[in-house]
Amino acid sequence: MKDEIIIAGFGGQGVLSMGKILAYAALENDLEVTWMPSYGPEQRGGTANVTVILSDEPISSPVLDTFDTAVILNQQSLDKFESKVKPGGVLIYDPYGIHHAPTRTDIKVVPVDAMEATIEMGQAKSYNMILLGALLKMRPDVPVEAVVRGLKKALPERHHHLIPANEEAIRKGMSLVKE
Amino acid sequence: MKDEIKLMKGNEAIAHAAIRYGADGYFGYPITPQSEVLETLEALMPWETTGMVVLQAESEVASINMVYGGAATGKAVMTSSSSPGVSLMQEGISYLAASELPALIVNVMRGGPGLGTIHPSQSDYFQATKGGGHGDYHLIVLAPSTVQEMADFVGLGFDLAFKYRTPSMILADGIVGQMMEKVVLPPQRERRTNEEIKRQCPWAVTGKEGGRKRNIVTSLELDSAVMEKNNERFQRTYAEIEKNEVRYEARFTEDADYLIVAFGSIARICLKAIEEARKEGIKIGIVRPITLWPFPYDAIRDAAKNVKGILCVELNAGQMIEDVRLAVSDSVPVKHFGRMGGIVPNPQEVLDALKKDFINPSDSKA
Repeated sequence: MKDEIIIAGFGGQGVLSMGKILAYAALENDLEVTWMPSYGPEQRGGTANVTVILSDEPISSPVLDTFDTAVILNQQSLDKFESKVKPGGVLIYDPYGIHHAPTRTDIKVVPVDAMEATIEMGQAKSYNMILLGALLKMRPDVPVEAVVRGLKKALPERHHHLIPANEEAIRKGMSLVKE
Repeated sequence: MKDEIKLMKGNEAIAHAAIRYGADGYFGYPITPQSEVLETLEALMPWETTGMVVLQAESEVASINMVYGGAATGKAVMTSSSSPGVSLMQEGISYLAASELPALIVNVMRGGPGLGTIHPSQSDYFQATKGGGHGDYHLIVLAPSTVQEMADFVGLGFDLAFKYRTPSMILADGIVGQMMEKVVLPPQRERRTNEEIKRQCPWAVTGKEGGRKRNIVTSLELDSAVMEKNNERFQRTYAEIEKNEVRYEARFTEDADYLIVAFGSIARICLKAIEEARKEGIKIGIVRPITLWPFPYDAIRDAAKNVKGILCVELNAGQMIEDVRLAVSDSVPVKHFGRMGGIVPNPQEVLDALKKDFINPSDSKA
């Protein structure tokens, strides 16, 4: 098993955190994992992305040109990464704020109304967890239980009371993926 | 007992490993992409547990001179910075080498020259391996390619520095500094007591008691006849290091038609290119120098015996390629592929470069 994932959006949308939580979940599930962020000023606005690789074998390059799975949170990232999804791969995106939807037909394109769901749920901060839920539905690389254990490691203790809300958002995201 | 596996950035691993090693002091000044070293040390507050001193100095020049002071007392002290900061430290590094002081310097390289970019680069190879500061000296230079090696090379760097009484350097880059992956930290060691330091470092300035000559730690020697003797001693040390401490990793070299030489993070990108190439039936091997000084000349010469070409892949304009050419003379064509200024090539670009240079050279005329 190997999943080469790109998560991309605006700085502040929780792109790096989503990757980090996934990486901790992989650690909990005894998988090999690398987490390679774009770093620097883009964390304070502009685009941010992170490459997460999960594998049951040692991982060579943490830097990739093509991906099995893409989770896309804004138009710039869609423009940049749609062509980088391997044929047969999965592209998950939130249509909110997207003017030019993905056009590829050789990959599985999965729209997830995550922004709408966060507004409905009244918890804007779990936006990224809804998308993580959609990712886990499409790519069951790690069980949700491992993600919850991963959350405990990824979040400082003072935020642990938010874990149930995060889990709820993850499950919401899973339910938003239409078969 | 199962070792505890943690997930952390390479920079964080350096900080944890320094405390675990029983290091006595860290002096540094923040600069991207290695600020997490200092940040992590400040967050872990080792002065309350092991007694390790952590200090944000007023500049890199101050940091390296604090390292000089700490090292002169026989303490295990270190600093970390990134390219422009390490340039500022060069005078102090030369003084450390000339005063035969053990210390650990970490350079998490970014794109230069000048202030350049904050993104990954390997353009300080010459600076690290060929001097950097003035005078005839060498640093032991370790090049990690994983977060695990970031952690492991802290202990190795200190051990080698104390064994040979010479500063050592971890030459990393923004990729291995910023990426997170699994790491098993070394066990916690006690810091050495003052008595142990006096025994292990009889040369150190530890407070003179009766019965011994005073120790003077200095790089200044105005009598040239003595200074030449000093230099001869340094060179004997370097010869010992060259004899004993060469480290490298060779993979897929047995049946290889082509050889890649690459160090640090880019070696992993090359490894992915090699995996892809094998699927196409192209057999490429790789030698990854782990010590950049002393350089694994013999290993590269051996691995190159049956290959049609060597591609030296670096995040710079071509620096290590000079050592690779020295290793093989003119027996094999050696080409360079690299990106500069903080741009990191992907595995496909590496493979395309190798094909263009050695397999379909006619394509390159286009």
